[in-house]
Amino acid sequence: MKANYGYMDGSGEFYITIDTDLCIECADHGCLEGCPKGMFAIITDDYDDEVAEIKGEFRKKIKYDCADCKPVADRPPLPCVEACTAGAIVHSW
Amino acid sequence: MTTAGIDMGAKNIRVLILKDGEVIARAEQMAGFDTAESAEIAFNNALGQAGINKDQIDRIVATGAGRESAPLAQETVTDVGAAAKGGNRLIPQARTIIDVGAEEGRAIKTDAAGKVMDFAVNEKCAAGAGSFTEAMSRALEVQLEEFGPLSLKSSQTTPMNAQCAVFAESEVVSLLHAKTPKQDIARAVHDAIADRIVSMVRRVGIEPEVALVGAVSRNVGFVDSLKRGLERDVIIPDDAEFVGALGAALVAAEG
Amino acid sequence: MAEKEFWRWKEYNWHDESTDWNGCDTITAGVDVGSVSSQAVIMVDGKLYAFASTRTGSDSPESAHKAMKWALEDTGMTLDDIHYKVGTGYGRVNVPFADRAITEIACHARGGNHMYGSSVRTILDMGGQDCKAIHCDERGKVTNFLMNDKCAAGTGRGMEVFADLLSVPIEDIGDLSFQVEKEPPPVSSTCVVFAKSEASGLLRKGWPKNKVIAAYCNAMAHRVVSLLERIGVEKDFAITGGIGKNMGVVKRIEGELGIEALKTNSDTQIAGALGGALFGKALLEKSRKK
Repeated sequence: MKANYGYMDGSGEFYITIDTDLCIECADHGCLEGCPKGMFAIITDDYDDEVAEIKGEFRKKIKYDCADCKPVADRPPLPCVEACTAGAIVHSW
Repeated sequence: MTTAGIDMGAKNIRVLILKDGEVIARAEQMAGFDTAESAEIAFNNALGQAGINKDQIDRIVATGAGRESAPLAQETVTDVGAAAKGGNRLIPQARTIIDVGAEEGRAIKTDAAGKVMDFAVNEKCAAGAGSFTEAMSRALEVQLEEFGPLSLKSSQTTPMNAQCAVFAESEVVSLLHAKTPKQDIARAVHDAIADRIVSMVRRVGIEPEVALVGAVSRNVGFVDSLKRGLERDVIIPDDAEFVGALGAALVAAEG
Repeated sequence: MAEKEFWRWKEYNWHDESTDWNGCDTITAGVDVGSVSSQAVIMVDGKLYAFASTRTGSDSPESAHKAMKWALEDTGMTLDDIHYKVGTGYGRVNVPFADRAITEIACHARGGNHMYGSSVRTILDMGGQDCKAIHCDERGKVTNFLMNDKCAAGTGRGMEVFADLLSVPIEDIGDLSFQVEKEPPPVSSTCVVFAKSEASGLLRKGWPKNKVIAAYCNAMAHRVVSLLERIGVEKDFAITGGIGKNMGVVKRIEGELGIEALKTNSDTQIAGALGGALFGKALLEKSRKK
């Protein structure tokens, strides 16, 4: 399943997509430590699979919470994407 | 040389006239329905103040969201360019300029000459600019001018869950129903908008000194929340809301 | 200042008088506590048996109880007769009698699959305060989804702001939006606050109300279509939720996508609760096998 967490508003589209099919096989759970804000959690989803999600309290403001990792000047690799050994995380912006 | 800058803002139109580098007039007019007509009124008021007529002005440059529809202007400059130029003139030591208007917020990194090095913008969403505060003051039934001072009376941090101005209005009403003091709600609103501005500023990097310009810099509640969020002081020039018009007039003088 | 009601759906209940539930093997229920309305669905041996829809009160547990009580009315059934109960929706974790909470995304997909048939791949649920776009497989399992509850644009609330501005009853918006000579371009601002100022400007410019309404329905449709593009629209396509009843928006979404939405005689309001009851059945059977 592709789970898109985030939103679209007048200023743009801000989604973190997690491919939970890749999560199921992952034992590393690098996302938990990889995100400096601790936005990820491992949950048992509706189909009883252990997958990553973006915690509820961050979903409505990821544009702002992710801002520190997205400086205007240069774009270093995103720590959450780097930390995910399963390659399950994609940012839309 | 005499030049004029016209800032066609979403809510207000501001005109500033420069003569040999000195400000000789400034005028402000609500943008209203017919923005071109409002701009003419502001322009004529500024001319009257300066005691000159239109022919004595060498160049006119427009800026602001509606700059393309500005009458009289020979040229335009972006909001970012104008804010950097004007901000640099008023606070030469500033390297980070935060410009918060009714519908947009901007963070600009500049060099010593006022040249734009980097910038970030909050736009097209009311949650990122002054409109948010206005909508919340209406929901609280507090005059906008009293909203900032009211916020200063609170020392309580109240989190707001809603980001969108429309949903935040309902949240403010719920907080009122839950008997949350109005001053605490005012502070929650200013903390929320300041948080969004701070994360935008962080994207360009905070380099001292930090100047705050734009009409929302007149809101003491917002300024207080912003300083707390940035964990540093900000310099607010006297003519903070005229920075765009000043920048445009300076660009006009450069020819 | 009083909170306004935005989507004034009637409260109602129904049950299948021809079915005797006594002695039936699996009795399951789904309760969907939404931000505006709450529904309860009871299924007996995989067949829809009873449902109810009520307004959500200020308290989720109470709203869940109310919906359930209504669904049970005149059936002779009590809460204890139900073998497995699933809570879903915005208030799903606050359904006191639920055996499990399932997200509204998963429940909508499963409920939509049952309601429209297994060929449904894309479900758009337009609620009072959110908008969900779901892609699912032939078993009703979610394969791709997004939910937007951050921004009021594209939700019932956004439409309510416009109905208020124009002093038009919300239920008339759809019809009025078609009473224009020519389809106007959409309101250009996405943000409801800015779109409202834009609409005020159009009214002052002399636009008739209906034209402004059409321009906003057009903008809302466009906005929802861009949401759908993220998950990819595949036939069959279905629209559920409050705005699903507003043809002014639905017709324009269909036009922009070039796809007609599936029609159903079922009440699409209960899709989430129905999915909950179906999840309940699967979970009950799984637990009995152990």
